[in-house]
Amino acid sequence: MITPLDQLGREAIAKRGWFAAHKWLLLRRLSQMSVFALFLLGPIAGIWIIKGNLSSSLLFDVVPMTDPLLFLQILSAGFTGIASAAVIGAALVLVFYLVVGGRVYCSWVCPVNIVTDTANWLRRRLNIKSSAKISVNARYWMLALTLVLSFSTGTLAYELVNPVSMLHRGLIFGMGFGWTIVLGVFLFDLLIMKHGWCGHLCPMGAFYGILGNSAFVRVRADRRADCDDCMECYEVCPEPQVLPPALKGEQKGLAPVILSGDCTNCGRCVDICGEDVFDFGLRIGRISGVGKVDGAPRAVSGHESAS
Amino acid sequence: MQHRFMSEKAGHTFKASKPRKLSRRKFLTDIARTACGVGFFGLGVGIYSKPASSLPALALRPPGALPEEAFLAACTRCGLCVRDCPYDILKLAELGADNVATGTPYFTARTGPCEMCEDIPCVPVCPTGALSHELTDINKSRMGLAVLVDQESCIAFLGLRCEVCFNVCPVRDQAIRIEPRPNLRSGHHALFIPVVYSEACTGCGLCEKACILEEAAIKVLPMRVARGELGQHYRLGWEQKDKAGGSLVAPDTEHKFNLPEGVKYDYYGRGLVDERGAAITMPGTGEAATPFSSNPLDTLNRGIREAK
Repeated sequence: MITPLDQLGREAIAKRGWFAAHKWLLLRRLSQMSVFALFLLGPIAGIWIIKGNLSSSLLFDVVPMTDPLLFLQILSAGFTGIASAAVIGAALVLVFYLVVGGRVYCSWVCPVNIVTDTANWLRRRLNIKSSAKISVNARYWMLALTLVLSFSTGTLAYELVNPVSMLHRGLIFGMGFGWTIVLGVFLFDLLIMKHGWCGHLCPMGAFYGILGNSAFVRVRADRRADCDDCMECYEVCPEPQVLPPALKGEQKGLAPVILSGDCTNCGRCVDICGEDVFDFGLRIGRISGVGKVDGAPRAVSGHESAS
Repeated sequence: MQHRFMSEKAGHTFKASKPRKLSRRKFLTDIARTACGVGFFGLGVGIYSKPASSLPALALRPPGALPEEAFLAACTRCGLCVRDCPYDILKLAELGADNVATGTPYFTARTGPCEMCEDIPCVPVCPTGALSHELTDINKSRMGLAVLVDQESCIAFLGLRCEVCFNVCPVRDQAIRIEPRPNLRSGHHALFIPVVYSEACTGCGLCEKACILEEAAIKVLPMRVARGELGQHYRLGWEQKDKAGGSLVAPDTEHKFNLPEGVKYDYYGRGLVDERGAAITMPGTGEAATPFSSNPLDTLNRGIREAK
């Protein structure tokens, strides 16, 4: 039975209590705030755990980290003599997100996520339904654009307008009028398009999504047989197109694992589901591209022996 | 609301029953739409990136910064140099506030010059090498070049003793030297003029900071603004001559003054000399003889009288 919008999340709260029904959301906010607080701890309190910002940083004065997409843009802009710290730093970040899921960056670290989540929340509260139509693949065009721009201008041109680095750097080092770009993203998501920026346009999301295609940490729908079609997960999911294969793919022999790199591992579906269909887990050995999984529970007959 | 859910429901029971077929027209239209939208956005950013990346004349990059073009390609705008500057002079440019490419580090000499730390902490921390790690001697950094831009208000040119820029310069007496010149206004005083030598000036800006005027008369400018450039084909004759150990063109010939037999002209102020170098004096007065009249007008008017 489809849950009306004003009843969203009621069932999960009734069954598990408010905190348990917001566990991953709260953990995510805690993670986003902590990352931000760690960067601010140095300049404000003089405790230097991490220095820099999300573009490049230095942890404990030893571990370098660099945004791998920025690294690619630097190469594309024609600067090849990159010092070792950025090479190591980009590799570290790359490996980390290859393991935990690329778009974990989006939902657990990126400060713009809070902005766009707020816009989406407000959109629901104000009952704004109209939404522009942009392909979810537009972000890959945007990703290509960032590289083309740095190649053709010889500078990191996209960084001049990138809302993500603008906001994070701005909050730590001073914003100037950078807030106008962030406000633009907020208003775009609120008034023009649902999940517009993070879900359709952001090239960083596209890049981390590509990394996420092969990540180990996954949202699984092992109890998908319990799904009662309430549609609440579709309503809260920032990338609802990733749900059907895992949730409804049983007859097609698809594993109960969300395998799309678009999934941000935000865990909203885990929280909101009154039937406990979803949970975090790992991808288990994936067979020949179709996403069938060894030992997948209740797999199509003939595959049980696979494990 | 219900029908929105219905449509999504229709989407999520896609199964294999009815393969969704996208018409070729719709497919191509969608791609064209996306490409156009993204393309226009890119065009905007590309055009904006030009003016947004031009560095104002008074904004200086930290020591070791690559030439501006390469710097803008390499700098991740992370601010690690800002954090490691012990004097807090560096700043990441803010959108719409600083007119420097947003997020890139810079300093302003007049308000906060580079203090020229010997260990240059801002450089090794740069993750990409936008601040070149090859710079290990701060005296070799070239953040800009000090230029005495206003000789009309610099009080040294007014005949007053100042020399503050000379005295605060960390490469004292090499980057800025004090050179005496005649004070033509008074006729019998000296001006003590600060002169900048580019071979030693690091562009730290301490002189600009220290200049006692309301608005500094000496300013650190980026190299591209401060320097001229001699044509590649120029060769300085005196240098080439020293290098080659002798004149490279025709041998120097002594200038002929069309003088009487046995008389030469001495260049060092003794006037006419005879073959042995002894001064020839004017009969009667005993003054040094010269081929020129003591009245400069005679030289100017030479030939005119004859023509008349």
